[in-house]
Amino acid sequence: MKINLKVWRQANTQSKGDFKDYTVNEVSEDMSFLEMFDVLNEELVRKGEEPVAFDHDCREGICGMCSMYINGRAHGPEQGTTTCQLHMRHFKDGETVVVEPWRAQAFPVLKDLVVDRSAFDRIIQSGGFISVNTGNAVDANSLPVPKHNAELSFDAAACIGCGACVAACKNASAMLFVSAKVSQLALLPQGQPERYNRVQAMVHQMDLEGFGNCTNTGACEAECPKEISISNIARMNRDFMVAKIAE
Amino acid sequence: MATVQGGLFRSSIGRKYFMALSGLFLCLFLVVHLAGNLQLFKDDGGKAFNMYTWFMTHNPLIKFISYANYAIILLHVIDGILLSKHNRKARPVKYYKVDQSKSSTWSSRNMGILGTIILIFLVIHMRSFWFEMHFGNVPVLEYDNDGVQYKDLFTVVDAAFGQLWYVLLYVISMFALAFHLYHGFQSGFQSLGINHPRYNALIKGVGTFAFAILIPALFAAMPLYFFLK
Ligand code: HEM
Ligand code: FES
Repeated sequence: MKINLKVWRQANTQSKGDFKDYTVNEVSEDMSFLEMFDVLNEELVRKGEEPVAFDHDCREGICGMCSMYINGRAHGPEQGTTTCQLHMRHFKDGETVVVEPWRAQAFPVLKDLVVDRSAFDRIIQSGGFISVNTGNAVDANSLPVPKHNAELSFDAAACIGCGACVAACKNASAMLFVSAKVSQLALLPQGQPERYNRVQAMVHQMDLEGFGNCTNTGACEAECPKEISISNIARMNRDFMVAKIAE
Repeated sequence: MATVQGGLFRSSIGRKYFMALSGLFLCLFLVVHLAGNLQLFKDDGGKAFNMYTWFMTHNPLIKFISYANYAIILLHVIDGILLSKHNRKARPVKYYKVDQSKSSTWSSRNMGILGTIILIFLVIHMRSFWFEMHFGNVPVLEYDNDGVQYKDLFTVVDAAFGQLWYVLLYVISMFALAFHLYHGFQSGFQSLGINHPRYNALIKGVGTFAFAILIPALFAAMPLYFFLK
């Protein structure tokens, strides 16, 4: 099949980017979206042109690197998938596909489709951890965790930090990401000592980074490749309130 | 882990608490306001309605609540403007192609526009009735020789609702209110952290049937009733 692409090209953070049109011939419907970009890039290199820069690593939906805003949606048209898991059979022969980088004040474009997501790292550094003195690992079963909590915590921990929630949100809000990281620890016994400090520290850092606010549209949850629930946002809002009242 | 200081109103989530609390208070206000105004449908030449408005303007507790209500509307509007400005700044470069229709409702994406329509409505609405009642030249009358001079607001309402543009303004604004609350009612609970699989369907149901359908429909029925009478 043949795919027409309209791709955002930008040399670096300072320069003013623009769209460029490409046509990729001989695309197999079994290719992933990233493999289709590999084909395009090989051709660009052959022609002596600059290949399109895009982030990727695992190519199996677990690392969260492959940020692409495809035809107006984070990671393209399929639900619960990353860009590397998106196959070309979901597109029509001859279709024009618009590919843009994540757009957010807090995610500056580094080059073409690559954005700087270190804001997420700084949010984690501000409180997304537990403080323990290392020693021997304790026996797993010596610390009882209710099954329900273990499952909710695991669901939250499925977040791969890809930033699709920010990209999909009309306000470029990072609430789904932050709430998943807050919830994951708030639901486990190990997370309790720092629970209320953590939520305040992480929300504070999120605000400093310039992410938008939450209007509860639910777009983040709908576009999240790991289908993280916005009930995590409610939990974060609850914990934040408790923290402020207790202060 | 560092301790964080900072005013509640300066944090993103703190601002949402104010938005949710003020919005849900206004929802409660709508119920009371509607219950009172249903007197308009009584076929008694406006007696029940005029007695009700007399009560509403003379009871000190109601007076206090109504001033609190004005302050809360103001808080809701100012907070809404601050949030919208902040949100716009969070995405300085817009997408070329956006398709949010599959991931969120139209109402949820247009709360600011819907709120602005409601605000314009409120200004006109207050000018026509609140201002007239307090500072205008409303004729007075007596009922049952009880010695009370009742202002005849019913006649003012009757006259206003006889104008086509006024009726249209009401009906359009009630549509805006309906869509604002279709998202807003349930959103307010989520903002306050109230989200539980056992109650979510109930909250959504009340928001949809009571606040997005029944209440706006009954409010819109008032000018239509007078216009068609
Ligand atoms: C009777 C009148 C009104 C009622 C009952 C009402 C109710 C609500 C409720 C319950 C919410 C949800 C709060 C949340 O998400 O936590 C909301 C949100 C909102 N309201 Fe209103 N509202 C009213 C009037 C207005 C007016 C006059 C404006 C004018 C600017 C406005 C602007 C907004 C905005 C912008 C939001 C979304 C805020 C956000 O989540 O980012 N509303 N409203
Ligand atoms: S490349 Fe790792 S999730 Fe797509």
